[in-house]
Amino acid sequence: MSDKIEKKTVAGITKESTQAMIDEVLAVYPEKGRKKRAPHLAPNDQLSGKACVKSNKKTVPGVMSARGCAYAGAKGVVWGPIRDMVHVSHGPVGCGWYSWGTRRNLMSGKLGVDQFGMQFTSDFQEKDIVYGGDKKLKVLLNEAKELFPLAKGISVLSECPIGLIGDDINAVAKQTSKELDIPIIPCNCEGFRGVSQSLGHHISNDTIRDYIIETREFSEPIGPYDIALIGEYNIGGDAWSTKPLLEECGFNVKAVWTGDGEMERIAATHQVRLNVIHCYRSMNYMCKVMEEKYGIPWIELNFFGPTKIRESLRALAALFDDSIKEKVEAVIAKYDAEMQKVIEEYRPRLDGKTVMLYVGGLRPRHTIGAYEDLGMTCVGSGYEFAHSDDYDRTAPEMPEATVVYDDASELEMEQFAHVIKPDLIGSGIKEKYVFQKMGLPFRQMHSWDYSGPYHGYKGFPIFARDIDMAINSPTWKLVKSPF
Amino acid sequence: MAKKIRQIAIYGKGGIGKSTTTQNTVAGLATLGNKVMIVGCDPKADSTRLILHAKAQATVMDLVRERGTVEDLELEDVLKTGFGDVRCVESGGPEPGVGCAGRGVITAINFLEEEGAYTEDLDFVFYDVLGDVVCGGFAMPIRENKAEEIYIVCSGEMMAMYAANNIAKGILKYASSGNVRLGGLICNSRNTDREKDLIEALAKKLGTQMIHFVPRDNQVQRAELRRMTVIEYSPDHKQANEYRELAKKIAENKMLVVPTPLEMEELEELLMEFGIMEVEDESIVGKAESAA
Repeated sequence: MSDKIEKKTVAGITKESTQAMIDEVLAVYPEKGRKKRAPHLAPNDQLSGKACVKSNKKTVPGVMSARGCAYAGAKGVVWGPIRDMVHVSHGPVGCGWYSWGTRRNLMSGKLGVDQFGMQFTSDFQEKDIVYGGDKKLKVLLNEAKELFPLAKGISVLSECPIGLIGDDINAVAKQTSKELDIPIIPCNCEGFRGVSQSLGHHISNDTIRDYIIETREFSEPIGPYDIALIGEYNIGGDAWSTKPLLEECGFNVKAVWTGDGEMERIAATHQVRLNVIHCYRSMNYMCKVMEEKYGIPWIELNFFGPTKIRESLRALAALFDDSIKEKVEAVIAKYDAEMQKVIEEYRPRLDGKTVMLYVGGLRPRHTIGAYEDLGMTCVGSGYEFAHSDDYDRTAPEMPEATVVYDDASELEMEQFAHVIKPDLIGSGIKEKYVFQKMGLPFRQMHSWDYSGPYHGYKGFPIFARDIDMAINSPTWKLVKSPF
Repeated sequence: MAKKIRQIAIYGKGGIGKSTTTQNTVAGLATLGNKVMIVGCDPKADSTRLILHAKAQATVMDLVRERGTVEDLELEDVLKTGFGDVRCVESGGPEPGVGCAGRGVITAINFLEEEGAYTEDLDFVFYDVLGDVVCGGFAMPIRENKAEEIYIVCSGEMMAMYAANNIAKGILKYASSGNVRLGGLICNSRNTDREKDLIEALAKKLGTQMIHFVPRDNQVQRAELRRMTVIEYSPDHKQANEYRELAKKIAENKMLVVPTPLEMEELEELLMEFGIMEVEDESIVGKAESAA
């Protein structure tokens, strides 16, 4: 956003000190594991704007990885948040059950009518594995349509065994879709495919490309300020902060992909003027498809913390006319004052505190600015399933020489925390208790730890309050780590 | 101490006559006073029809499908007794092209174990396995604590011998991790040239024996038309003697080896030596007729 990168440094952290810390962790590994893990850990080279680590590689066997699978990426990230579709987890019951609303992508609607995720599983038994589940799937699709007459479509998401026994979900979807007169979208996202959930995002994007986009048109007239919000999953209500914000700036947000999303609006997105992408990792594929196929430009924006929001809104306004520019400046002026009050309240208690992040698609880089608004410094960051282009985008956000870790193991995170001694760790549910037992404040940053929203101006005061609550809780003075 | 049941798996190329050979041999063993159980491990479910005089036995997986889960099944629903008190089970499975037949074999054998089908009065259990071992499920019968003795049915035809050698490779893998051994080749004659010598030579190269040469005889088909084994249909026919002979040889067999499968070239040399295969002319490989 700003052309010139301002070099950030952290007292006591140098390339040498970070490398020494990495080498110490690597020394514990057997030779083969060490050789594999070494390229995934490195001190940041901030001004290079380039990835300093290798990524999107198979996890080293034997380490505890926090990664998910292709099915998780498809169901949990891309499809699950679409509120007016029934999502079918085709296979044994566990995958469907444990991905049922766990990402806290909230949905609007009438309580008890259509304000919840509609989720099914075909609950495979031995006989379904042996004889195939095609017929069962067909029965299930009929029942789903009958039970949820308001559903606008059905997604069928393959679990692992489907790929092994060769159930032809594509053929069943095609035939049943015709019979029931409702879109039924087959997504071949078997968990064993690829190295992480990342492939599940990609497969899902391809599925949207092949089955959904361009199958509908917006009923309302098309205007010059029509945009879509891509890669916004409405975690803890995030989209209910960003969407009104963009509307206040004069835009028509025609579709949200996929948080609180509607299938028919997603299907008509080829008619918008611009795609605003939030989670680049999980949705860049479709932005690029829409750019190539329909000439729709896209821009990656960051809505965490007033500094980044300001930069983002201005970058967005620069693509439009003066009326938008004026509105954007008015919005910034209005909210900056409010945000300043938030900063004044919390910054004195958080100034100089440090945070280590280890999360998913965009947060390891996008949230850094929000911490900095509160006077905090990010002293380590990494992704579970990112690719090189994510790390390229991370380099300028992180201070020089701070540690970057890709697909970090539990051991690596624990050792880094011991050396860096951050005041807060923001990571996932699998890491939470390790660090809390070490006596370290922790926030579960995949689902905002039962809080949120954290996006936009509505989200920042909540974010600030939660971070303060985590770090300055008197609990930590009472806890003595047994280790 | 409990008596050890001899568990034997019969493998071989599809269509070679495994089921017929197995049932006739089992009938032979039964008439010699042995208690035998046959476990059919082929979704076609034709491993027990000659013993039961049935078209097709109700299979474990068919009943699982009908009733919902394996837990809903009782042993007596799927374990039938036929000629010579031979107990018969078929694993069953899907028609070709859907589902997972291999998992069906695993499910069925697990069920038999859990339900106590392997009773102490049994002398032999025979697994009649689908010809093409395409996945792990069809290797289930030779996993740990199951069949430790394998016989390969083959003939003097080239593809049957290729298949026999490939199966030997599979046995080698399981032999190194368990106690699976090759008991011998059963030559189910197709009346090819020098068949007996050829299979004996192959057996020698594999480190095993040709345990018996079963001559071709239409009496087998006559019995099959009546859904019977030759042993039951015409116990005094000379072909019945052949099967009884094979049964006796298996009962008394002590030659259980880890096979030494042949490299492809070695096998082809053997075939050339016996005139089954012509010496290869490398200059014609990959050349279309019009280019020659």
